[in-house]
Amino acid sequence: MAAPLTLLLIVAVTIRAALFRSSLAELIAERVEVVSPITAWKRVVEGLALLDLGVSPYSGDVFHETPLIIYMFHFLVDYAEITFMTFVFGALCVCICFFFIYLSLMPFQFRKQKFALEADRYPMDSLELIRSPKEMYYVPLKVAMFYLLNPFTILSCVAKSTCGLNNAVLALFFLSTIKGNVLLSAIFLCLATYQSIYPITLCAPAMLYFMQRQYIPVNFHRVSFWWFIVQYLFMYLGSLFVLICLSFFLLGSWDYLPSVYGFILSVPDLTPNIGLFWYFFAEMFEHFRLFFLCVFQINVFFYTIPLSIKLKEHPVFLIFMQLAVISIFKSYPTVGDVALYLAFLPVWSHLHRFLRNIFLVSCVLLACSALFPVLWHLWIYAGSANSNFYYAITLLFNVAQILLVSDYFYAFLRREHHLTNGLYLKRKDGSEATLILK
Amino acid sequence: MEAAHCQPPPREKWLLTEELVIRPLHSGDIYASFQFRTLWDTDFMRENKVSHYRLFPKSLGQVISKFSVRELHISFTQGYWRTMQWGQPFIPSPPGAELWVWFQDSVTDVDATWKELTNVLSGIFCASLNFIDSTNTVQPSASFKPLGLGNVTDHSFLRYATLPREIVCTENLTPWKKLLPCGSKAGLAVLLKSEKLFHSSFHSQAVHIRSVCQDWQCKTTSWELRQTLNSVFDLHNSGQTKREWSLFKMFSRTLTEACPLASSSKLYIDITDNPQGEQFELSPATSLLSQAVVLGDRRTFSVYDLTQETTFGTVRSLNLLIRWKSNEGEMLRPLLHAERYVAGYGLQTGEIHTLMYNNHPYRSFPVLLLDSVPWYLRLYIHTLSVTSKGKDNKPSYIHYEPSKDRVKPHLLEMLIQLPPNSVTEVTVQFERALLKWTEYPPDPNHGFYVGSSVISSLVPSTVAMHTNSTRERPLFSSFFPCKEESSYFVRIYTEPLLVNLPTPDFSMPYNVICLTCTVVAVGYGSLYNLLTRSFQIEEPNPGLAKRIANVIRRMRGVPPL
Repeated sequence: MAAPLTLLLIVAVTIRAALFRSSLAELIAERVEVVSPITAWKRVVEGLALLDLGVSPYSGDVFHETPLIIYMFHFLVDYAEITFMTFVFGALCVCICFFFIYLSLMPFQFRKQKFALEADRYPMDSLELIRSPKEMYYVPLKVAMFYLLNPFTILSCVAKSTCGLNNAVLALFFLSTIKGNVLLSAIFLCLATYQSIYPITLCAPAMLYFMQRQYIPVNFHRVSFWWFIVQYLFMYLGSLFVLICLSFFLLGSWDYLPSVYGFILSVPDLTPNIGLFWYFFAEMFEHFRLFFLCVFQINVFFYTIPLSIKLKEHPVFLIFMQLAVISIFKSYPTVGDVALYLAFLPVWSHLHRFLRNIFLVSCVLLACSALFPVLWHLWIYAGSANSNFYYAITLLFNVAQILLVSDYFYAFLRREHHLTNGLYLKRKDGSEATLILK
Repeated sequence: MEAAHCQPPPREKWLLTEELVIRPLHSGDIYASFQFRTLWDTDFMRENKVSHYRLFPKSLGQVISKFSVRELHISFTQGYWRTMQWGQPFIPSPPGAELWVWFQDSVTDVDATWKELTNVLSGIFCASLNFIDSTNTVQPSASFKPLGLGNVTDHSFLRYATLPREIVCTENLTPWKKLLPCGSKAGLAVLLKSEKLFHSSFHSQAVHIRSVCQDWQCKTTSWELRQTLNSVFDLHNSGQTKREWSLFKMFSRTLTEACPLASSSKLYIDITDNPQGEQFELSPATSLLSQAVVLGDRRTFSVYDLTQETTFGTVRSLNLLIRWKSNEGEMLRPLLHAERYVAGYGLQTGEIHTLMYNNHPYRSFPVLLLDSVPWYLRLYIHTLSVTSKGKDNKPSYIHYEPSKDRVKPHLLEMLIQLPPNSVTEVTVQFERALLKWTEYPPDPNHGFYVGSSVISSLVPSTVAMHTNSTRERPLFSSFFPCKEESSYFVRIYTEPLLVNLPTPDFSMPYNVICLTCTVVAVGYGSLYNLLTRSFQIEEPNPGLAKRIANVIRRMRGVPPL
């Protein structure tokens, strides 16, 4: 396992190094699919230049990063090589985290399955659905490969988008959650929320995971349930408060709050990206703008409670679902966010027999990824297409992502159903049954 | 020959001076500059409201007292001043409308006062100055120092705005003429007929209000109102074959009398390039000559005094005729001139290049560059580069105010030292924003205008300038105050830019809302189904006959099939 992983790392670093040195790096750094007004490296440099000129970076509308990023890059931007290494290591961090995740996750899962089998909860014919250590041995390597060699991640890293940093923090949060360290999990989640608001929805799966691990029953009437929630939230909100105060002391003003969080929530910048917000709000009737803004933002947070109720025994899958929902419906998505939840897919490779639309979805995703730059060029440079062409591909890309996520959810629920009810179902008259959702 | 300096006449309460300067240009065109100055000893700021207006227009007087204005400069220009072909103008102005105002220290809310002032001026001049709002107003920190009295350091009382898209036409000329004491009935203003004035290559009319000192010690001050009108008439456009200009050809009118209210009414012709009369000849000839130091150069003028009856001759009308005999002569290259353009391709990014030429052979001088760029062109100040002769030229002072979307524009002011005989290039990259569909003007593919850059400088002069501003001097040489002898103040404006922005499809708002909501609903629907439904074994649907039979059976109370 160590040798293939090392080889994979070397290949990944080589590809990124080669692209960094080529002329493609500048081209990629300007692509709207890869960078957004929040994550662009050009804007980080601009913010630092404004700081050098003696003007607060938040007095204008170009810089929307958090003060800690200023603090970090103030020292690192002079060392371009180290910055480059940081980004590559940011990516490496993620895959190493996933690797360790699986090393730690696997024994827990196997134990759970063993107990269930022994308790006769699983019927005999669903034996083939149970995962064995042998088939799960290569999952960490596959996850690392999916993340490191994903063209989306490579583009995102070469563009020096701060999305890579966000992904690294989320991966560290995931690792500390799986390892069982409540404090670190709260701190990393707080860092991720501090950078972009949406990861706050990951509180719920983190708490569910810890409660499952510490054998606290998820019951509203139990004191231990509420006590654990209070503990976790106290750690989370405490670290968030500390971070916000630290940011205040960096520049001595609260200007960064409307510039960073007000910007993410109120979407004033309509630069095209792969998401749904830009064209919608470019063509919105002024009267309804606030209403639809609220609707779209609530849409991201709204699936947390229902999904948590349905998936309360499967917090890891819940994290995947939440990450996917955030990446699709956030206000300024980029391909780096998409790559994060795509990296999870090898973990659910045992669901492939229940997936229904995977061929269609992969074809649409590939086609859209190819068409994005083409139609952008036709609109912006050639002038022979207009914004509708690019918008159409955006719609298709998001529909494909939604189909992918709901397909995996369907497959997961179906496997759970078969695990408890048996794989080969028969109708009352003995003929083969079909399973529908009702 | 009368010397230019004489004892100033005893100061009256009101004083009106009018003059017209005609300068033939080397390209065959002719430059006419009108100035009408009213001086009034009064105090608008005192408690009792001023009620007796004689020569000073009441509308402007009320504007000054109501809005506590210290200085007001407004200009409307059609066309762009070509410095390389025409030299330096007496009163520079950018294309479109420009308004800059210094308010008194007593004003508490400058922004609200500015908004009201622009609306009132919009009514007075019949111009759409109401488009001036916070998105095109800036507060320059170093340029636009007051031209009148006052040592000011607090730039929060200064506001500057331009409207590069503003068109000037007869509707703006008429209220401007109404402000003159004699109107357009007598004096030089009879020449201001719109059909010829707007048939020119360049037309600029302006109003400047400021306080000036009355004497050398500046014990008393008076308010000065200057109305200026600059025009450049094109030789070929007016359908002429040989090079000959007359008042009738330029204005389709001749002068018949001076304004009775004016204490001085003069017509100056620049004959510096024609000392012995070998280039062109003037008729009717005049014996009056005047010398003045203007724009760093000593120029000689033939003077026609319109207050004298003899100027008009027996026909009682003055139709000045300038006939050229030879076409030689080199124009002196202006010491400072500038160009600006947009580089790049596509609708995503671009670069603004400003080039400043210092044509002095051995002296270098500093220039103050003011750039106000609208918010929808997002400037990246880290890409700013200033190079002279291929090498980096670091500005000694940079003041940058970044823009806020839909609130205020970018403001960039730099003090750059221009090396002698060189070109300095200032480049900065920008990104074009996609606006909301309601924010585009009616013709969105025409593009968006970016106002001219303003370059202010003290240019070394070949002739010693006079620093005593209260001396009796022709109006055209006394507009800019002169603080030192060896240099004169110059302000030049670059071209405005026309930049295209990416546009959304304007016919699609309803469609876009429906389609995007459909995609969100697809997500919501799939997740809703998976969350609220559970897997069940499908019971086959019985046929229609069986279903009807089951309904009847249920009614009978018998178990179904």
